[in-house]
Amino acid sequence: MPATTETLDTVQSVTQSGYKWGFETSIEMDFAPKGLNEDIIRLISARKEEPDWMLDWRLKAFAAWKAMEEPHWARVDHPPIDYQDLHYYAAPKKKAGPRSLDDVDPELLAMYEKLGIPLKERAILAGVDPGDLPGETDRQIAVDAVFDSVSVATTFQKTLKEAGVIFCPISEAVKEHPELVRQYLGTVVPVGDNFFAALNSAVFTDGSFVYIPKGVRCPMELSTYFRINARNTGQFERTLIIADEGSYVSYLEGCTAPQRDENQLHAAVVELIAMNDAQIKYSTVQNWYPGDSEGKGGIYNYVTKRGACRGDRSKISWTQVETGSAITWKYPSCVLQGADSVGEFYSVAVTNNHQQADTGTKMIHIGKGSRSTIVSKGISAGRSNNTYRGLVRMLPTAANARNFTQCDSLLIGDKCGAHTVPYIESRNRTAKVEHEATTSKIAEDQLFYCRSRGLSEEDAVGLIVNGFCKDVLKELPMEFAVEAQKLLAVSLEGSVG
Amino acid sequence: MLEIRGLAASIEDKPILKGIDITVPDGEIHAIMGPNGSGKSTLGYVLAGREEYEVTAGGVTFNGADLLAMEPEERAVAGIFLAFQAPIELPGVNNANFLRTALNAIRRARGEEELDAAQFLKTARAAAKTLAMKEDLLKRNVNVGFSGGEKKRNEVLQMAILKPRLAILDETDSGLDIDALRIVADGVNALRSPDFSALVITHHQRLLDLLVPNRVHVLAHGRIVRSGGPELALELEKSGYAAMVQEAA
Repeated sequence: MPATTETLDTVQSVTQSGYKWGFETSIEMDFAPKGLNEDIIRLISARKEEPDWMLDWRLKAFAAWKAMEEPHWARVDHPPIDYQDLHYYAAPKKKAGPRSLDDVDPELLAMYEKLGIPLKERAILAGVDPGDLPGETDRQIAVDAVFDSVSVATTFQKTLKEAGVIFCPISEAVKEHPELVRQYLGTVVPVGDNFFAALNSAVFTDGSFVYIPKGVRCPMELSTYFRINARNTGQFERTLIIADEGSYVSYLEGCTAPQRDENQLHAAVVELIAMNDAQIKYSTVQNWYPGDSEGKGGIYNYVTKRGACRGDRSKISWTQVETGSAITWKYPSCVLQGADSVGEFYSVAVTNNHQQADTGTKMIHIGKGSRSTIVSKGISAGRSNNTYRGLVRMLPTAANARNFTQCDSLLIGDKCGAHTVPYIESRNRTAKVEHEATTSKIAEDQLFYCRSRGLSEEDAVGLIVNGFCKDVLKELPMEFAVEAQKLLAVSLEGSVG
Repeated sequence: MLEIRGLAASIEDKPILKGIDITVPDGEIHAIMGPNGSGKSTLGYVLAGREEYEVTAGGVTFNGADLLAMEPEERAVAGIFLAFQAPIELPGVNNANFLRTALNAIRRARGEEELDAAQFLKTARAAAKTLAMKEDLLKRNVNVGFSGGEKKRNEVLQMAILKPRLAILDETDSGLDIDALRIVADGVNALRSPDFSALVITHHQRLLDLLVPNRVHVLAHGRIVRSGGPELALELEKSGYAAMVQEAA
């Protein structure tokens, strides 16, 4: 079956149920004891067979974390998180070297299938040579799957290697490419940057590492699937992407979690570094379990994502579609150091039922002539709260820098909230900052117009919402865009009438 | 066949329609005329299923089915189409995509095969051409930034593509120049068949010259005050509504 057909089928099945990723896979797991202390960090580091410098780095982060307090400035509200009541390490038990699909833990394969990963890639992910499996050869996406605390497998290693691209689990990079990891890790998001970043730095267990060498255009999209599966387990993945001079990479991440009554913590850190003339396009479709319609369960998503445009004319573009999580606390940012560097942030955040999202970006303009664009679309339904929080800072060095911000909110129903909190600081008189904001409701007459043409009420809402988000969705790679559109419809199911 | 019997409707407890009786047999075109505020648009909205209007008495059947019991989208599937007097803007929603989604929703509900993007575009382009519409109208967002005339033509385009069995045109001709008026009339005439009927709400004889209605009904204060053949419209053109309305009051 061609990949596109398969994707469409997946997408169709998405539309038929609410949260279709809410399954739990019963795979034998290896857990660290609950709680957080130096011993646990040593244990994680030992399990990962890390060099001493990595352990020292973690311990430094842990020391910083202990001295910090959980931040409470965001417009989100939840019962206190007991950081000692979590497992900080959980890994599927590995059976060495499966040789065919038949040898692979069927539960693991079933999970990949449910995640919508094509068969051939499922085989590769399970560590099997795909051989002559009926091929999705036209599909050029390399996948890294992170299952709870470990990266399970990464596909297309060979093709990437030929291009000189490094795409591997970060735990592997620590061992195989220590010089790169040591040079860049923590340089965009320092260990003591904030409470959740410090926690992540102390206990992160896996994630993806990408290095694109000078002048290389990465031959395919790179993609990571993150999956929280185990109970009472925090997920702390760490991603580091370095695009060397004149290189280009497009990276996608998707995330899902089982449906559970209790809340689970996810605190990731993503660091991007773009050198002269390099470009990084980072797209996220975040679909962690949002909790049920009563507000029970769901993921607490506390994520620090930041990119440094170190080089002149470098460009970092964040695109996110946030439909999941009970709590979203996330501000993918750009530090525009290079002259004429470009930062972009395109965001769709949907909240329904009792979800709370406080999300936005920071654009820090340092280089002269640096430019940034922020397009944020917030959609609130049910009893949810949706906040855009964004900082645009023009430093004295940022001569002729430009920012344009467009921030739109759409309300569905009358029990939800939309909030816009822009912070603008300009310390250079040649810099220019523009901010536009709108708030609208889906009007009765729009719904009626669509329905009088034959669309059901839900299809009409889907169409109007997708129209509202179009400026953002068009930034997503095609395959993701289709998925995102369907996700929007599913997330808003039952929000009208 | 559309049968409206003793139909009364109000909005926010204010009665607008006060007992309407009209029968439109298949294959016929009926014109509804009348002064502003007489309830013409309300009639169109009630037939299409707008929920803000409450039906307080009477009934409507369409080909024997109880129209008032249906959701708006079910009425569309049954073949009802309302061309809006003030078409609604849908920001970010591509016109072609909107139309294809609508057409396929209707086809799906009727158990017909859906059209893929290529098949649909072919149909849509052909329809646009017949209506002398610029093709880029299909690529633009639904009614966003359209001129008044473009909006009206877009309604006619939708009608041409959705091929209704009963079209209700709510002053689709107002604000149009003579050429555009002819296009609207051609759009309706192209659909004419023994299965097709139309209710045309208008103030102008010019459209009726091109459409030649079977019957003309004059609506005033929520009631039909006169019904007659096409010559009734000519009489109105000459003497205005005032005399007729007073007579009825």
